[in-house]
Amino acid sequence: MQLTLWSYEGPPHIGAMRIAASMEGVHLVLHAPQGDTYADLLFTMIERRGQRPPVSYTSFQARELGSDTAELVKSTIQAACDRFAPRVLLIGESCTAELIQDQPGALAQGMGLPIPVLSLELPAYTRKENWGANETFYQLVRGLLKSRVPAPGAERELRKAGARPLANLLGPSALGFRCRDDVVEVTRLLDSLGVDVNVVAPLGASPEDLLRLPEADFNVCLYPELADQTCLWLERMFGQRTVKTVPIGIGATRDFIAEVGRVAGIDVSATKEPIWSRMPWYSRSVDSTYLTGKRVFIFGDATHVVAAARIATEELGFTVVGLGTYAREFAREVREAAKRYGVEPLITDDYLDVEARVAEAHPELVLGTQMERHIAKRLGIPCAVVSAPVHIQDFPARYAPQMGFEGANVIFDTWVHPLMMGLEEHLITMFREDFEFHDGATPSHLGPGARTAHPSQERSLDTGSTAETAAATDENIMAWTSEAEQELKKIPFFVRGKARRNTERFAQERGILTITVETLYDAKAHFGR
Amino acid sequence: MTGSNLPSSAQATGCDASMVIRERGQRQVFCGLAGIVWLHRKIQDAFFLVVGSRTCAHLLQSAAGVMIFAEPRFATAILQERDLAGLADCNQELDRVAAEILERRPDIKTLFLVGSCPSEVIKLDLAKAAERLSAAYRGRVRVLDYSASGLETTFTQGEDACLMSLVPELPALADTERSLLVLGTLPDVVEDQFQRLFAELGIGPVHFLPPRRASEFPPVGRGTRLLLAQPFLGETARALQGRGATLLTAPYPFGIEGTLGWLRAAADAWGIASERLEAVTAPAVARAKLSLARQREALAGKRITFLPDSQLEIPIARFLSRECGMELVEVATPFLDRQLMEPELALLPTGVRLTEGQDVDLQLDRVRSDRPDLTVCGLGLANPLESEGLRTKWSIELVFTPVHGFDQAADLAELFARPLARGALLRV
Repeated sequence: MQLTLWSYEGPPHIGAMRIAASMEGVHLVLHAPQGDTYADLLFTMIERRGQRPPVSYTSFQARELGSDTAELVKSTIQAACDRFAPRVLLIGESCTAELIQDQPGALAQGMGLPIPVLSLELPAYTRKENWGANETFYQLVRGLLKSRVPAPGAERELRKAGARPLANLLGPSALGFRCRDDVVEVTRLLDSLGVDVNVVAPLGASPEDLLRLPEADFNVCLYPELADQTCLWLERMFGQRTVKTVPIGIGATRDFIAEVGRVAGIDVSATKEPIWSRMPWYSRSVDSTYLTGKRVFIFGDATHVVAAARIATEELGFTVVGLGTYAREFAREVREAAKRYGVEPLITDDYLDVEARVAEAHPELVLGTQMERHIAKRLGIPCAVVSAPVHIQDFPARYAPQMGFEGANVIFDTWVHPLMMGLEEHLITMFREDFEFHDGATPSHLGPGARTAHPSQERSLDTGSTAETAAATDENIMAWTSEAEQELKKIPFFVRGKARRNTERFAQERGILTITVETLYDAKAHFGR
Repeated sequence: MTGSNLPSSAQATGCDASMVIRERGQRQVFCGLAGIVWLHRKIQDAFFLVVGSRTCAHLLQSAAGVMIFAEPRFATAILQERDLAGLADCNQELDRVAAEILERRPDIKTLFLVGSCPSEVIKLDLAKAAERLSAAYRGRVRVLDYSASGLETTFTQGEDACLMSLVPELPALADTERSLLVLGTLPDVVEDQFQRLFAELGIGPVHFLPPRRASEFPPVGRGTRLLLAQPFLGETARALQGRGATLLTAPYPFGIEGTLGWLRAAADAWGIASERLEAVTAPAVARAKLSLARQREALAGKRITFLPDSQLEIPIARFLSRECGMELVEVATPFLDRQLMEPELALLPTGVRLTEGQDVDLQLDRVRSDRPDLTVCGLGLANPLESEGLRTKWSIELVFTPVHGFDQAADLAELFARPLARGALLRV
């Protein structure tokens, strides 16, 4: 058993739902007890979809368990086919149905339906949502295309002379982070390179579109969490190469352009960055100097955190003080990145673990998921959301991609906005005792109350340290003078706990029993970077 | 499934249970686990540990629509492959998880082990586990169990199952004493309003179940008069009757009529004269009438359909029809507890289309052909209906908002008036 307060991912059948809901003409029948229909609200509320997801549930209850749940499966399948007339039917089961072993897939195959029926294996007790989405997408593509795989050794037809290369964009899905706008941005980017998009899948694709996948010259794996298996299979079976760079950030977008050039066999050396690419100049602009060395903690899915770490260090001049992912399947990529930035990787799906690590790292900015937004709010640290799991706010009305040059603009704004602006920060450091301009106050452009959680949090952090000090007092008779306590309060709140601990360590190591203002500054000089 | 034929056996006044259309099929409702979302806020020293799957954990964090910012007093012990394969002794694992929680939260006085669909199917004996853990933490933590699985409970029935598990724990009320027990989670502010009204009427002592703190368990015995604040607590009510309590028959305290009828049942049991009841309630009734009049303007003549969800459909339909002048197109309820709904059914207009259970696709077909002005439904269905040009009201708000009693009558009506007002306002 695993104790869980909040979870980063749902069960694998939610992943299957995301694929079905992304597509047109596909219906999913889920063998699931009453109550599992809650998942519909993820699509209709969080993503504000105007249609119910194309999912029919058997909704079995205790009274059916004794009798015939298999009959219920068949009648649900029949009703779904009659009503929704899908062109491909997916059959899956949720955690409880897996235990009662009705084999709904086999039941569906036995019904002689006139459409392709795909039975999904979604092991609910070992796997999670992204795995379920990845697997469902792969099985769907494979199921539809396996009879069309060319014989081994068959040559790929050459592109007609002068024809623009064609690419598939694979991975964008319902409930994905900013997929809707990334598709638009990457399509625009490819167009500027002379590449046309053949199929985008699963988002917005029909089964017929999937049948056209082999017509593309190559695939772009936009979200490896969802599409890496599919890309690999298409590469093996149809000889389509995969562009693996995810174009999030300026550097990654440049690398993406270069990789597309190599894979598509086109010259991209003359490609100019568009005039709307403002992020590089904004970051070089003198007012951004205050961003230098800002301590940032990054947690989320693998693709977005690896990209975020690169942007943070190379494009904004931040210091990465924490990097991690909940996606164990992609832990390797995150470990490698963590090594590059000299931090210990955090691979966990335990929200409490992440919270503890964030508190410990004293970051000035948290880049995370909706979970980290909660953590940051509690700790009074500015935060920007960079990855799924998503909330309704992650589906903004405006165009807000993460990918490409416009994505980099959006990222600059989203990450910098929660921070206090440069001069404001200085003034607060200078006049710390101003009653309405203190460090507990919200950055002036964020309006009142945005950091309301902060004072109590600070108090609790301080109480924690005071308790620590008291304990130390018993043992070593170490104490803070009231002047030193006052001086400590002038240090920004997010490093105050650390300053207190460092000072006490410094004093203890030197046998100093009373911490004065002098000790505080001595310790600061000692530990200063 | 009996289709959507209108019942022909209309009576002169009110409805009776024989007129109900029963449907079976896909249900668009939460399971009982959703009740934890409000129960864990109400009982402040209790912790709810769901023994279930990742789906249960995901449901809990999705059910509230928004996630709760404070560390919740609920969690899920997610069953893993090795628990199912028998490699790990589930009981040992459960003990370990319980210890982890209690160590983290020393303020917890009651721990509920909450059964789920998977724990039911693998027949994990949570009653036994609760007994074992209770012995281990004797004097510090009381460990109780109930099942909120979707196999057995629909949405608000989870509260019924939870409160039922408290019944054997309640201390005995001495045979010579009597007291009023109000059953069902009420917002603190409403509880206090009722408390004041009862005090003024001279009814007392009054206890509430669930209590705000698990350490304030109300006593129960032959002198207990039981008044239900929520219509979905049949099993708990029967268990309390089993301990000697007498169930007072009344409509539910929604709207002026319902609240007055509800208080009257208690007043009658205490032998308080009708004039006294009227005198005590007069100021609140007058206030409620005044503020309700405004909402009535917006609601009168509007047509409303209830999809089955919170089990509050029938009493609230009664309120909207009788006090706000709305026309009831269809009133559907997940299940019909005939005994508990009898006083309400009698107040419904004759010939209302009453449905029990659900086949969601057929039900939506009816909504599309009826085109009511307002449809009360769950979160999964609201936006799809809105996108078809139908105004909706989320039923979950009815369990998350103070809606009981005189002073909330207009607030309750306003919940339904707001989507209509907004629909009339928007030009986009």
